[in-house]
Amino acid sequence: MSAVNTPNTAPPRIRVDLQQVADLVPAGSRVLDVGCGDGTLLAYLTRFKQVDGRGLELSMSKVRAAVSHGLPVIQGNLETDLSDYPAGAFDYVILSQTLQATTHPRKVMEELLRVGKRAIVSFPNFGHWRVRLSVMFGGRMPVTAMLSDKWFETPNIHLCTVSDFIELCKLMNVRIEAGFALDTQGQRLGFAATDRRANLMSEQALFVLTRA
Amino acid sequence: MAPETATAPNPTPVVQDLKLTLKDPLVLQSGVTLSPVTLAYQTYGTLNADRSNCVLVCHALTGDQYVVGTHPLTGKQGWWDDLVGPGKVIDTDRFFVVCANVLGGCMGSTGPKEINPATGRPWGLKFPVITIRDMVQAQAKLLDYLGIQKLFCVMGGSMGGMQVLEWAVRYPERVFAAVPIAGSYRHSAQNIAFHEVGRQAIMADPDWSHGNYLEEQKIPKRGLAVARMAAHITYLSEAALHRKFGRRLQDRETLTYGFDADFQVESYLRHQGYTFVDRFDANSYLYITRAMDYFDLAQENDGVLANAFKGTRVRYCLMSFSSDWLFPTEESRAIVRALNAVAANVSFVEVESDKGHDAFLLDEPEFHQTLQGFIDGSAEICGLGARKS
Repeated sequence: MSAVNTPNTAPPRIRVDLQQVADLVPAGSRVLDVGCGDGTLLAYLTRFKQVDGRGLELSMSKVRAAVSHGLPVIQGNLETDLSDYPAGAFDYVILSQTLQATTHPRKVMEELLRVGKRAIVSFPNFGHWRVRLSVMFGGRMPVTAMLSDKWFETPNIHLCTVSDFIELCKLMNVRIEAGFALDTQGQRLGFAATDRRANLMSEQALFVLTRA
Repeated sequence: MAPETATAPNPTPVVQDLKLTLKDPLVLQSGVTLSPVTLAYQTYGTLNADRSNCVLVCHALTGDQYVVGTHPLTGKQGWWDDLVGPGKVIDTDRFFVVCANVLGGCMGSTGPKEINPATGRPWGLKFPVITIRDMVQAQAKLLDYLGIQKLFCVMGGSMGGMQVLEWAVRYPERVFAAVPIAGSYRHSAQNIAFHEVGRQAIMADPDWSHGNYLEEQKIPKRGLAVARMAAHITYLSEAALHRKFGRRLQDRETLTYGFDADFQVESYLRHQGYTFVDRFDANSYLYITRAMDYFDLAQENDGVLANAFKGTRVRYCLMSFSSDWLFPTEESRAIVRALNAVAANVSFVEVESDKGHDAFLLDEPEFHQTLQGFIDGSAEICGLGARKS
């Protein structure tokens, strides 16, 4: 996974959902990966897209893994530490599968779009039909491939549907540049996240956002 | 520390006892002009043809230029022997490592112990007060002399970390990567307070003789030993002290109901104190602690630390240790925040360790592994190539 120690040949395979994000980032951009984990995506972007990348990660053990692979990653909390960065410091700020676990998602969104010219945000869709069935017929909080924890263990405290998210973007005057409806693995479905089918059919969604 | 019986040959080709006397006087931060200025330094490894593989190591308060190999006074292994050497994290087969005794020190560089040429007597308290900036300015002149325009990396722990920051802020064009370990951008009130205890202990010793002890052929052993004992406690964590000694008694079965060293921890501290006086100069201790106290990168930038880093292209890697209460993680994090405020290239890791501030001198695998990753990654980006493994 090393950012710099891999021979510069064919890109390796990374997780499909990460690949989806990577494909959206133009070569040579300045990128902040918020919640970058062990730096897999950052390493890929640094190596194969020549981005000037930085990472922010809450888990110290993941930060250590990333730094020991030569990546510029710091330990920090996105809900407090994004405010350290100057406005427009990055071309892209990435927040992958984390928004739903934040205390103040709207504030986080505002910070993403202040620090970055664009934000790439993905989240599990609570409007997917499996989720709806689980609540409607099972009468229980859903446990699915995307939402794998029981209600009392999940870090996801602010789950939303694709429609909820689009509504928030409108409320915040945020422009959706692109939206992709994805399945559990992160493969694109045949329609956009802004298509009315997405709210029922997509298990997760991926958006490219900018200030209107 | 390696036991004294360990006599495995050190494969590092050690160039012994180099000295440079600067040809120009040094104008100190205080405005005083100091001349002549001599720096005692060591180098390890070989400088490459384009002079781009230099790692400058900055030592801590009571450290010195003997980073690896056998120390000429103590006979112990160098203070970063675990980290620096052929095939090690700072690989002397790849890098040219330089370490100089700081200005004001007592291992050969110009300091209060050396002879003031104007009087033919030791400087003593006539030596001007020096600062971290003065130390770094002197090192920069040493690198000029060595023909090294740009450092691949400057690194150091504790006071060494202060010098690293000063380097990266004062000479950003001369630094590719900076690694301040267990350091701070300013000495805290608590740290100044501990230093003051040490200085007062030295000055309270009658043998200190108002700083003239060398001329009177005395050594303020008791004062310097007490200063070292107090400081040594701050280098360890409560957990480390407890693990090492607990309340165990020293060579006895019961309490003696007296003030002898009943406890192992007392005996240990006394030993630390009394071995220190054989290798360190009391006045140097006063001057160097003062230099640390005066260090404040924020204050000299209108109280805004981030201003010190504006436009920096230096790659930073900050590291702290979880049980370090002398230079706690919060100090490193404040630097990280300031670097983020200018969107600088920064890595930051807090290493889990219960060994306190001294962890930066010890064999901490996680610390070494993280540092290795940063050094190797930076070397490749700097054009020094990938590590041969």
